[in-house]
Amino acid sequence: MRNFHEARWDEPVIFKLSRKGERGILVPKIEAEIEREVGDVFSGLPDFMVRKTLPALPEISQMRVLKHYLRLSQENLGADLNVDIGQGTCTMKYSPKVNEMFVSNPRAADIHPYQDVSTIQGTLEIIYRLDLMLREISGMDRFSFQPGSGSQAIFAMASIIRSYFMSKGEERDEIITTIFSHPSDAAAPAVKGFKIVTIYPDKNGIPDIEALKAAVSSRTAGLIVANPEDTGIFNPRIKEFTRIVHEAGGLCAYDQANANGLLGIARARESGFDMCFFNLHKTFSTPHGSGGPACGALGVREELIRFLPVPIVEKGENSYYLNYDLPDTIGKVREFHGVFPAVLRAYSWIMALGAEGLKEVAQVAVLNNNYIMNKVLKIRGAGISFPETRERVEQVRYSWSKLTEETGVTSEDIIRRMADFGFHLWTSHHPYIIPQPFTIEPTESYSKDEIDEYVDTLKHIAEEAYRDPELVKNAPYNSVIHKIDRPEDFDDPKKWAITWRAYLKKRGEDHKDTN
Amino acid sequence: MEEAHPYIPNSAPDVKKEMLEAIGVKSIDDLYKQIPEEIRLKGRLNLPESLTSELELRNHVLSILNKNADPGDYKSFLGGGCWNHYVPAICDEINHRSEFLTAYAGDPYEDNGRFQALFEYESLMGELLDMDVVSVPTFSWGQSAAMSLRMASRITGRREAIVPDVMSRERFLLIKNYCEPSMKIRTVKHDRETGMIDLEDLRNKISGDTAAVYFENPAYLGFIETGGKEISEISHEKGGMVVVGVDPISLGVLSPPGHYGADIVCGELQSLGIHQHFGGGLGGFISSRDDEKIVMEYPLRLFGTTKNSRGEQVFGDVAYERTSFAKREGGKDFVGTMAALWGITAGVYLALMGPKGMNEIGKLIMQRSRYAMKKMGEIPGVTLPFSRSPHFKEFVVNFDRTGKRVKEINRRLLKDKIFGGLDLSEVFPENGQSALFSINETHTYQDIGFLVERLREAVS
Repeated sequence: MRNFHEARWDEPVIFKLSRKGERGILVPKIEAEIEREVGDVFSGLPDFMVRKTLPALPEISQMRVLKHYLRLSQENLGADLNVDIGQGTCTMKYSPKVNEMFVSNPRAADIHPYQDVSTIQGTLEIIYRLDLMLREISGMDRFSFQPGSGSQAIFAMASIIRSYFMSKGEERDEIITTIFSHPSDAAAPAVKGFKIVTIYPDKNGIPDIEALKAAVSSRTAGLIVANPEDTGIFNPRIKEFTRIVHEAGGLCAYDQANANGLLGIARARESGFDMCFFNLHKTFSTPHGSGGPACGALGVREELIRFLPVPIVEKGENSYYLNYDLPDTIGKVREFHGVFPAVLRAYSWIMALGAEGLKEVAQVAVLNNNYIMNKVLKIRGAGISFPETRERVEQVRYSWSKLTEETGVTSEDIIRRMADFGFHLWTSHHPYIIPQPFTIEPTESYSKDEIDEYVDTLKHIAEEAYRDPELVKNAPYNSVIHKIDRPEDFDDPKKWAITWRAYLKKRGEDHKDTN
Repeated sequence: MEEAHPYIPNSAPDVKKEMLEAIGVKSIDDLYKQIPEEIRLKGRLNLPESLTSELELRNHVLSILNKNADPGDYKSFLGGGCWNHYVPAICDEINHRSEFLTAYAGDPYEDNGRFQALFEYESLMGELLDMDVVSVPTFSWGQSAAMSLRMASRITGRREAIVPDVMSRERFLLIKNYCEPSMKIRTVKHDRETGMIDLEDLRNKISGDTAAVYFENPAYLGFIETGGKEISEISHEKGGMVVVGVDPISLGVLSPPGHYGADIVCGELQSLGIHQHFGGGLGGFISSRDDEKIVMEYPLRLFGTTKNSRGEQVFGDVAYERTSFAKREGGKDFVGTMAALWGITAGVYLALMGPKGMNEIGKLIMQRSRYAMKKMGEIPGVTLPFSRSPHFKEFVVNFDRTGKRVKEINRRLLKDKIFGGLDLSEVFPENGQSALFSINETHTYQDIGFLVERLREAVS
């Protein structure tokens, strides 16, 4: 096992670094000419609008601010340091560094969304080219890059579904999803006013087609599902699913946030979908940024283009331009044009791979996944969801329920112990349909040796659980902090503290050690 | 593939063979059995030829990017929700770190740094806003405003919101699409002289159905809405809430909205140390006082702190059961990936600036924009419709009396490598040929002089 210890800087909360009078950065002084001309700029304001006491921000010199954040960064494992295969469903692949050079280029970083289009032709060309590529990869006819994530793309799809039926004068208010599709496939359409109908799997882990048949009606507005689902199981009857929903008059929307196992293998169009979205921060390599900024690239068929959020990029005879003129547009789901850095990185990533490379990505991701499954199932106490179905695409939802029964050690205990070896592991979305869950998605980015090390560590911890369960239950020991043994503090309104000032007010005992 | 791709370690033929043998299958195709033939892609994707060497890839991508004008050659006076404020070097240094850039959803142990940095972001924003609760970032100001209005709707049990009739079109369309059909968004008129909310019209429109009145400070057209106290009183009297959108870079000099009655404060982070990125630099925040009724309606993750029994300061999710991660459609709106990295960055910015920096930059921006207003107002035929109101960094300039259209003027300015003000003539036709100019700490005395001189030529 790796002899690991994460950085433990014991770095105080930033307010404790404050020393009166220190400065982190200075701003320019006002020119004398301007000061003379404008006089007191606050005189026109009512008294209550002028801030009387300065915000109680800390006063810290520049290098100390830098050091503080560098130390915090060392107390974090990004995909660049971790073998980040334990964050199933999130496709933690390599984000090539050359792409970071592009997004930092002033021609990409320092441009304004309302600049004259003649000065942003390069940006529009990249957006247009990525649109063409994703059309080919999905079989859809047009993409919008406005949604800032998968959830926002799902919300945009739900908005399009609503506008579509309004334009037809039909009242339909139900969205069908499956329990192993992402929680936002249920939550985002609910914001748009839809009632959510959730289909559960049959005994083989495949969404129950009889339940779908029973669910569809004249109220069905649409289907929003992932495939493969969180279990890694691909619904082989997906075309029948979309047919059933279409026959009931609904639209079919595909959550392809994670399409990593399917690039060049199967597309949304052939499965019968009317819309889909890709998370550029998952399948198309753009870094996850600790949770965004990101992009849910939204693709639709020809007949739905008129509903897309505006503007979309068009190619004219000699130049690219922005088209705001879509007759039934849902308007905006995010200001401006979405997250251009994600678009730029995704374009570059696809260019580095081409058609053959994308298919290789998918195939190696699936190879890695099956290789891991084979090894994990040999670990004492580890099991798999829906054991009758061994075919898995790019990820697998596993279970420690046997291990928990036999040792009392839970999935969460094992996750904490993984941190002692420099690894992260994740359970699953809620509710935990699969008891004591864990989800592994290796992507194409990690070597066999890295994968072996990860799985060997899981095996080692499972053995520890049988030998010395307390050792695992009290982990971690070599991480940044030790076990959070008062989690109830986060749920108690009298104790929860969402800012440092709230903490000082509520938990006065700590107040004395601040200056 | 004959040659291993640098991004795909196990594309090396020998490794692949070894792994297939370990699984006990002959080819990778055998692992795709569950995908029926009828939906398989026939043939190969039709994509451009790949550029597998990094050198060729770099040249190719730069050749396209170089079709953009070099922003260093231009003076930009564009704002309207995305601004060219100065970005301190340390902001970029931190958000480029692999550890933050490539992290995602780790636990508070191996990812303690991300939890602490985001908790500190909330805390620093809390001081700036004078509020005890601040969320992990949303996508943008518009998203924050929309979510805040739905929070107000759930808290009050009412289904209507009133917003100003002059606000960012982008933001308005977003709010409308996000809140409908469960809420109705109505607009309140503005005073033609000051731009501010017409209190008479507000009194007429507000009712027992009003969940919240929403307004912004500074307002979209740059003036400072000084009617905040009255607006809040009017809404509170009817049992409604007050949601205020704010540009946080103003808060070193202007009162935080909670001081004039705001119950929920939202706004945009991009002005705090984040590049424009063609609008990709946006990130939003939502904040409030620490009232359980309000906190339990936040859809977003809220990172909190406590100590473990060893006395270590630890961080974690507050009231996670609220969220759609826990409850799917039973949670509050939805939560997910939004703009966490910009939250960390805004925290770095506030830590660098400190109380004095925020105060000085606010004053500097007000002085420079006031100066630019004054000088532009002296150009024959150029008027400043709302100039009797105090302004922060943006202001409306009207060209009707010059007989020139904003489009023409901006085309002329572009030749001098100036991005003129944002054309408002199509969005707000009642203001005639008007443009929104944005002035901040990056615009020097000379820059403003250059703009005024060229504008004088352009309108004559």
